Amino acid sequence: MSKPIVATTSLAGCFGCHMSILDIDERILQLIELVDFNKSPVDDIKEFTTMCDIGLIEGGCCNSENVHVLKDFRKNCKILVSVGECAIMGGLPALRNNIPIEECLHEAYLNGPSTKDANPDKILPNNEELPIILDKVYPCHEIVKIDYYLPGCPPRADLIWNALVALVTGDELKLPYEVVKFD
Amino acid sequence: MSSLVQSTIEKYGKDATRLMDIITDIKKELGVLGKGEFTEIADQLGLSSVEVEQTYSFYHFFSTDSRAKYNIYLNDSLVSEMMGRHEIAEAFEKSTGTKFGSISSDGLFSLHNTSCIGMNDQEPAAIINGTIFPRITTYRVRELIQQFRAGKEVEDMVNSFGGGKNQSDLIKSMVTNNLNRRGAVIFSNYEPATTLNKLKDLKPEQVIDEVKNSNLRGRGGAGFPTGLKWDFCTKSPGEVRYLLCNADEGEPGTFKDRVILTEIPHLLFEGMIVGGYAISAKEGILYLRMEYDYLKDYLNAILDDFRKAGWLGKNACGIEGFNYDIRIQMGAGAYVCGEESALIESSEGKRGEPRNRPPFPVQVGYLNKPTVVNNVETLCSVVKIIEKGADWYKAMGTKETAGTKLLSISGDVKYPGVFEIEWGMSIDEMLEMAGATNVKAVQVGGPSGRLIGQNEFHRTICYEDLPTGGAMIVIGEHRKILDVVKNFTDFFIEESCGSCAPCRYLTVILRNKLQKIIDGKGVTKDLDDLVMWGEQMKKANRCGLGQTAANPVLTSIENFRSEYETRIEKGKDFDTKFDLNKAIQNSSRYVGRFPQA
Repeated sequence: MSKPIVATTSLAGCFGCHMSILDIDERILQLIELVDFNKSPVDDIKEFTTMCDIGLIEGGCCNSENVHVLKDFRKNCKILVSVGECAIMGGLPALRNNIPIEECLHEAYLNGPSTKDANPDKILPNNEELPIILDKVYPCHEIVKIDYYLPGCPPRADLIWNALVALVTGDELKLPYEVVKFD
Repeated sequence: MSSLVQSTIEKYGKDATRLMDIITDIKKELGVLGKGEFTEIADQLGLSSVEVEQTYSFYHFFSTDSRAKYNIYLNDSLVSEMMGRHEIAEAFEKSTGTKFGSISSDGLFSLHNTSCIGMNDQEPAAIINGTIFPRITTYRVRELIQQFRAGKEVEDMVNSFGGGKNQSDLIKSMVTNNLNRRGAVIFSNYEPATTLNKLKDLKPEQVIDEVKNSNLRGRGGAGFPTGLKWDFCTKSPGEVRYLLCNADEGEPGTFKDRVILTEIPHLLFEGMIVGGYAISAKEGILYLRMEYDYLKDYLNAILDDFRKAGWLGKNACGIEGFNYDIRIQMGAGAYVCGEESALIESSEGKRGEPRNRPPFPVQVGYLNKPTVVNNVETLCSVVKIIEKGADWYKAMGTKETAGTKLLSISGDVKYPGVFEIEWGMSIDEMLEMAGATNVKAVQVGGPSGRLIGQNEFHRTICYEDLPTGGAMIVIGEHRKILDVVKNFTDFFIEESCGSCAPCRYLTVILRNKLQKIIDGKGVTKDLDDLVMWGEQMKKANRCGLGQTAANPVLTSIENFRSEYETRIEKGKDFDTKFDLNKAIQNSSRYVGRFPQA
């Protein structure tokens, strides 16, 4: 039987959740026995080449590209997992959600300490190659259906590992206190 | 140091626990308080300025800007909406030239929404500078604003007096009582001081025993046995005890206490004396909601009469060593203060956030002393129980629910008002009594209660079957249930104190889901989520507000599921209805891009 296929991505995240995946240490050898990877920064595959079993999503959606990628994942993965605070609730990037997007852009490009004097032509990034910023940061489940959620900032390596193994083997997920405590 | 702040603080003996009164008085003069006042008050009272600010910002009537000459608070409760609030609100906006939540440019008018003001039997109603304007029409709005512009005072526009004591010199209000049915206990023949005269022949324990024997249960809604509560309080260690009377009836749809406070406040104060005597209290406090501020002078005058007659004060009621007085504590617009521990916090001058329990107020209450908090109606019942005996009382009502109950009936009925009934009446009988036909649903016990449909109208009003604090909102066939539920959910969002995260967030999430369904964008998953998440509210919140805030959603889905199902998309399990084009609209416009998403 062929191995289950995993895809991962980081949307509006800091890659901390992916670092946490790598934090499984030597179990990475077991991991490659257990699953294959498709689209993921781990193997640098840019586009889906096959239907995947599990998609791990880090980060919420702050721009139009995030939305496209997330929808692509939903289309190509049987199970989608929101990994970490940003994917689940928007996280740190969502701090801007109470501020109108116009004010955010103004502060970032026209009025910030590092841009105020450095941008005399008052240019705002508007090249059509660039993704467009959304009005606020959305958690993934407000865009597509998410099947499971792994909390933490980042979720502990053990939690991600236990969850992956449970999904692949069909065994019950082990959730001892140590893997879901956050301090 | 401004002399206003100085003199106000001195008036209350530099007592930080009287912060509510201090802010109320200063706000009446200034219309709004700022950092300067917070610091001044804090310095004088030995508090930090954020402690003053957090009390200020918590209460609706403090935190809203009332610097205009005429500050208009229009009720936005469900029944107000049913009676045409929308048109009234529009008329106010049009004639004042300002929007709700702001002050007109000429500084004459401010418009505010406000939660149920206890006038459900005469909606739409508004409070303007503390004066109640019931039964407002669009004609009346134009007239009011025109006359105000011409310089008339609010008092000049009181053009009729409601019946009964509403006409008395100290009230002079347009509010009508609508006391539609008198019963055998609260609104029976009343000879003032009959019970007080008996008191000196009774020991406090005897009073408690009599109340225990009567099986009287608290009338606020929870139904805790009153005698037992008093007993617990007297058995808590400590010499100093307090009796608080909860006249903060904020549950939308209830207005019975308003009628008691207007027509028979003597009976209530007598009850507060009996209760105070039974638990050997040092002081009694009537916590009166700000919406009933128009009754304050009248009530204080009656308390003065009581003092002159010797019913209050040193050796009150002629009982050696019973030194007891009653004061009125004004609230400032917060539904959650009807919860007893929040009411205590508020009486101490703090934010009205419910406390953790245990310890219960009977152990650690007002100023950390053992405290009894009783409903207005409960204390009134006590007086008649002592006068006529527990057996007389027990003979009325049902097996587990003795006596009578005041119902506040409003909505789609011919005769909205207060009805005193014996416990055990069925909803069908109640509707017939109040003259309601073609009824789709009844909200029993206000938003925190149950929304029931016709298949439950045979049920009886009592603790064994359908418990209620007395609010009965009748909803006619032509109404949409989801609009009802949304109004109630908005109410809980407004009134949540914000202490527990599920109550602070889930209420909003539930409302957004509801709105999605109302907009015709709902799918099956939304309905499932409402139920699943609503259930969490019962488990994950500290006080009754949070625990019951999902009741409108849950009981309406239980009893009116088809009203939801007809509005959701068929054959679709999941769809967030995320609209990318809408989400990028503002930033595209700002940076000058008009792409296809």
